[in-house]
Amino acid sequence: MDVLFDILGSANFWAAAIRIATPLIFGVLGALICERAGVLNLGIEGIFVAGAMAGWLAVYLGAGLWGGVLIAALAGALFGLLHALLTVILGLSQHVSGIGITLLATSVSYFTYRTALPDVSSPPRIAAFQPVSIPGLSDLPFIGPALFQQTPLTFLALVFVALVALVLYRTPLGLAIRAVGDNPASVEAQGLSVMGLRVGAVVVGSALMALGGAFLTMSAFDAFFFGMVNGRGWICIALVVFASWQPGKALLGALLFGAFDAFQIRLQAQIGQVVPGQVFLMMPYLLSIVALILVARRADYPRALLQPWTKGQRH
Amino acid sequence: MTIRLEPREDAGLGLKIGVSLAAGLAALLLVAIPVLFAGGSPLMAYGLMIQGAFGSMFAFSETLNRATPLILTGLACAVAFRAKLWNIGAEGQLYIGALAAVCVGSGLLQLPPALMIPTVMIAGFLAGGLMMVIPTVIKQRFGADEVVITLLLNFVVILFIQMLVEGPLKDPLSMGWPQSVPLIAEAKLPKLLPRLRMHWGLIVGLVAALVLWLMVRKTVLGFEIRAVGENKAAARFAGIPVDATMLKVALISGGLAGLAGVGEVAGVKGYLSSDLSPGFGYSGIVVAMLAGLSPIGTVIAALFVAAVFVGADSMSRATGISSYIADLVVALSLLCVLVGSFFLRFRVKWERQSVVA
Repeated sequence: MDVLFDILGSANFWAAAIRIATPLIFGVLGALICERAGVLNLGIEGIFVAGAMAGWLAVYLGAGLWGGVLIAALAGALFGLLHALLTVILGLSQHVSGIGITLLATSVSYFTYRTALPDVSSPPRIAAFQPVSIPGLSDLPFIGPALFQQTPLTFLALVFVALVALVLYRTPLGLAIRAVGDNPASVEAQGLSVMGLRVGAVVVGSALMALGGAFLTMSAFDAFFFGMVNGRGWICIALVVFASWQPGKALLGALLFGAFDAFQIRLQAQIGQVVPGQVFLMMPYLLSIVALILVARRADYPRALLQPWTKGQRH
Repeated sequence: MTIRLEPREDAGLGLKIGVSLAAGLAALLLVAIPVLFAGGSPLMAYGLMIQGAFGSMFAFSETLNRATPLILTGLACAVAFRAKLWNIGAEGQLYIGALAAVCVGSGLLQLPPALMIPTVMIAGFLAGGLMMVIPTVIKQRFGADEVVITLLLNFVVILFIQMLVEGPLKDPLSMGWPQSVPLIAEAKLPKLLPRLRMHWGLIVGLVAALVLWLMVRKTVLGFEIRAVGENKAAARFAGIPVDATMLKVALISGGLAGLAGVGEVAGVKGYLSSDLSPGFGYSGIVVAMLAGLSPIGTVIAALFVAAVFVGADSMSRATGISSYIADLVVALSLLCVLVGSFFLRFRVKWERQSVVA
């Protein structure tokens, strides 16, 4: 038990939990927007890779950090647009298109990286985002270092949680997006474009996913590695179900996940001699599976998820 | 002029084959863009790729060697997708099949090859199959989506394999490399020709394709699989045991992927390591889709994908263009065949306004 309290009592642990949660917050929010509009986006894993590579490469080639963030978001939006064209406009299989987008975005990123930097043996580094201090809050004892000494992208992720919640639940646009994933016929009856709303949601959602990737190369680390996304996208797809497609719960789920991951890393340092490291590394994936099983029966899937819509369609 | 889309009842075989060929060709044409971007000449790159995949007996045997696991993972995906069971976990099932082969075939049993090889294969098939039955049971019991679970299990399995080859299964004679104890000679699949890496796993793959083709067309299970895939509710209404059919499909699908792992361990490497498969499980998805989920088509699609990988490796060595070009072709093939499936569902008609009126 001492080990447990030692870990939970360190500000360092809580800071790590939030840092680990940040890419997941972006990813879950992105997946949530797509699915709320009725489109499953399995391109997420590859879009993470694309965001990580594009943002990093832009900065490496001389763009500013925020310029890199913008490039990453654009890369994500582009792959999102392709997914939307295939699944929304042509009404093709969302599963197959998503897997295809993941394969494409991953291979485009790896190919671009290898072509832009043919001769590097160790990954070159950029000057990544540094933690910022918030006057007053960051200097508080314990709470300051635990919660308020993060990089700007983490704060951006939190802003997006509030923004997405606000738009989804407090604006006519949000109402339309939710309706388009639940009952598209009602949206069309109001004279709105089902396809337009869905395309928009997938593009915006994919841009957010790419920011999750950008966080990895521009905040958490300062370089791009092959395989660095490592299933984070798929974990987000599981977390969306766990969060019942609600931004607040998505934040909570990502933070819980981050806390668990930060905890197991520290536990590993304590009892790593007895238990092989891989057992700890498996935990995030197993935890996602368990979370999915626990909530699956009660999960309130958007009713029109996976269902293509053709204009003027009747039930 | 307007475009009108008429739904098709059923696309003919010729059209299906045409769509797949066009998709592969379109993917190859599209990678001319990244080749140009990398400063290469597309025509020369294509020439080098063809030469690298088919230019000599050695090259062709390497392509067949590479196609062997792809036929099996392709079949694994094709049979599952037909029943609308989204098995994206062939990669993990491949590793578990390979693991079973090592567990059974590295000295635990001492049998003559005629018994040892089938034993190793059955072990790999059952282990891989179980690896897909588990998420299928979870789907049936708890309603959890099999796509995400099979995807996540791939990561769990790789870590599990890493743990074993660095721990209990580690070869004490491997000079510290994380690889398992080797298979005994009796458990290894014989080579097809001397001095070439091609092995009997290829024959296993071809036989599996033939068996699956017969099964889908001629057996009750094949009928049930097609019925479940087309309309689950209608199949249940017609008295087809939907859950039991899904479990059988899961066993066959995972089992085929497991056999791919057996082939790589017992036919090529001789031991298990966590870099056994460069994504054969994921490429299997593309192979199955390119084949239009047809077992015979899977063999041809696997050859195509294998040729792309082997050809790109060789082209990359000659020109310095990254061999990730192969992954690009594969990803683009999947998206192109998906777009092509649109034309299988709809007939596109160009019409003058006056005719419509």
